[in-house]
Amino acid sequence: MNTNENIIELIDVKKVFDDETIAVDCFNLQIKKGEFVTFLGPSGCGKTTTLRMIAGFELPTSGKILLNGEDISRLPPNKRPVNTVFQKYALFPHLNVYENIAFGLRLKKTEHTYVNGEGNSYKKKERLSKTEIDKKVKKALEIVDLDGFEKRSVATLSGGQQQRIAIARAIVNEPEILLLDEPLGALDLKMRKEMQIELKKMHKKLGITFIYVTHDQEEALTMSDKIVVINDGDIQQIGTPTEIYNEPVNTFVADFIGESNIFNGAVVGKLKVKFCGATFDCLDDYEINQLVDVVVRPEDIKICNPDEGQLKGKVVSSVFKGVHYEITVERGKFEIIIQSTVTAPVGNTIGLRIEPDGIHLMEKVYTVNKYHGEITKNNTVKFGDGEFECDLTQLYGGSHLDEEGYLITSQGEKIDLTGVEVDVEIDTHDITMSDDTEAGGAQGNIISMIYKGDHYRYIVRTEENEEDYVLSCPDLWNTGDLVSLIIPKEKIKLCLKPTGEND
Amino acid sequence: MTDFKISFSRKQLCIPYAVFLILFVIAPLVVIVYYAFTNGQGQFSFANFTNFFTSTNALGTLLYSFALAAVTSLVCLVIAYPTAYILARSGFKRKYVLLMLFILPMWINFTLRITALKEILSVLEGNISAYPFLNSVIGMTYDFLPFMILPLYTSLLKLDNSLLEAASDLGANKLTVFLRVTLPLSVPGIISGITMVLLPSMTNYVVLDMLYNSTYIMGSLIGSYFSAYDWHGGSMISLVLLVIILIVTLITNRFSDKDTAGNRGTML
Repeated sequence: MNTNENIIELIDVKKVFDDETIAVDCFNLQIKKGEFVTFLGPSGCGKTTTLRMIAGFELPTSGKILLNGEDISRLPPNKRPVNTVFQKYALFPHLNVYENIAFGLRLKKTEHTYVNGEGNSYKKKERLSKTEIDKKVKKALEIVDLDGFEKRSVATLSGGQQQRIAIARAIVNEPEILLLDEPLGALDLKMRKEMQIELKKMHKKLGITFIYVTHDQEEALTMSDKIVVINDGDIQQIGTPTEIYNEPVNTFVADFIGESNIFNGAVVGKLKVKFCGATFDCLDDYEINQLVDVVVRPEDIKICNPDEGQLKGKVVSSVFKGVHYEITVERGKFEIIIQSTVTAPVGNTIGLRIEPDGIHLMEKVYTVNKYHGEITKNNTVKFGDGEFECDLTQLYGGSHLDEEGYLITSQGEKIDLTGVEVDVEIDTHDITMSDDTEAGGAQGNIISMIYKGDHYRYIVRTEENEEDYVLSCPDLWNTGDLVSLIIPKEKIKLCLKPTGEND
Repeated sequence: MTDFKISFSRKQLCIPYAVFLILFVIAPLVVIVYYAFTNGQGQFSFANFTNFFTSTNALGTLLYSFALAAVTSLVCLVIAYPTAYILARSGFKRKYVLLMLFILPMWINFTLRITALKEILSVLEGNISAYPFLNSVIGMTYDFLPFMILPLYTSLLKLDNSLLEAASDLGANKLTVFLRVTLPLSVPGIISGITMVLLPSMTNYVVLDMLYNSTYIMGSLIGSYFSAYDWHGGSMISLVLLVIILIVTLITNRFSDKDTAGNRGTML
């Protein structure tokens, strides 16, 4: 079979649960035959839901899942040529090891061709014979290194052994894709490391496609051919472990994969970037004045004499981590984390050097402005160093304000909103600037302007707490201008802050 | 000031129960055993024993009781299993209402319930004394159904959903998943349900009396001996019944022991 062929393809897959939470949004992914693909993300990001849709335990709300080009998104799990290794093993407690592994084989029917007396061939579906099942179970146990465990009860096995039986039970059916849902989560560190290596070996030996779900970035980097980083139901980045680590596309990926220092920077010249109050050479080519997020891995920062470094800073802590020291250096209001095999005494001033290939730039993506706001007693909302009139009735559908300024919900309940915290979102197109500093709800200076073909993108920063407003405007202003910001009442989107933490 | 302290040791705490146990459990048992193996003159004898096992009347009653209890258990199981399954496994919105409907009769006085049932049966059957066995089964089922539903409900409720998913993932269709995973794993619930229905329905003769079934079951047989002042014969039958119950309990315990070992494994 062609090794470049996509074995499974997810097209615009979306999953909305009954309570209207969007678990997975517009998921597009292609996986090639024989790949080891990892879904990586924090808990609750939708990675397990995606896996469960591939297995058939959940049906997508919309979109298609193609297996070898055929849509399987509506098939029940028993009709799909995929097998799952569950997080908590899910071994059948009433069956012994042999019966657990043979469970799938006993249900399997294979097609055999026979020739009858008149010389015509005919096909017949038959169950596997006992000797065939015996042979397959024995081989599966050999693969997971548990030969001779056939008669054992699953209750007598350790966590690691149960895990291996769960893997044997899945691979014995020779699935086209093996799905693994955080299979090593319940094992201790040493066992986990061993199983990582063994799973990788098994993958090579069996040659089938593995889709692996984990929240452990180290596990993902160690094992995968391809990592899919997921957050909030969206794919953030797809790439090889090296790509994901060295060239993260946004601050989420940079922060989630490995340790990283993330700074706000600006491109100040050809291959030159300014952050932490110093200018560095870099390899990523961006337009001048472009605002960027700068990622520097802790191991890419070298310690040197204070006068030789690009940056100077004071050591505030140094912790021995086994292979390296983790040193925290303070420079003005910035805190920089360094991993180094040599340590520096706490309190000393040291110099820091970063080579161009240790600096990774990512374009800042602005689509909306987000702030934390608080409702005042005048029913305005304070956010971003300003105070704006807002439409508070959007917080409760069908509500209205009475003469005294209390909110009346559609059920007639009276709510006093004073002091309630809200999340505020404003589209970049909905903010306008005025040189009358009293006209808008907040004032600030233009700190950046970038021409974007048909409009300028401005960033206005307030003085008090340095809050940034990003806005698009076709007119030309000058950097440094003091402006006030006008936002129409109906364009300010408010949302109550969630009260409880959910996973 | 006096330093007054009440100090209880655990041993002292069990005195009330020990007294109760000796007075109302051990003493009557000793009395039963004594009467069962003595004759009217107070001499040791196997006569009661041989009498029971040679009397076709007594053996017939034992058989009838057992048949009645077995049919009752089976009917209870057939009604209770789907009910418990819906209650425990489905997303059925009104399931607590349904559970309540099955539990509610337990709050109503037993005699009142059976009297009501008698009225309903007379409307349906006309002459209710024409179907003594059927009516007794209906009465017993009505009485003991909650005892079958509750253990089944608990054992189906704690069934790990990922086991069902695993079975379906391995190629089992819905029926196979039920037969090969759900059903075997709910066996402890079935067993404790049967224990709770089978044993009391062998002796609960009040239901039969109230539904005009004049056939003796074990309970009424013992009663008839005692009312004829034959303490020895009555005691022997009680003892036989006790041994039967003991054997049934031992067998069922073996089953549930095996299962709890398995469950413990999945918890680890």
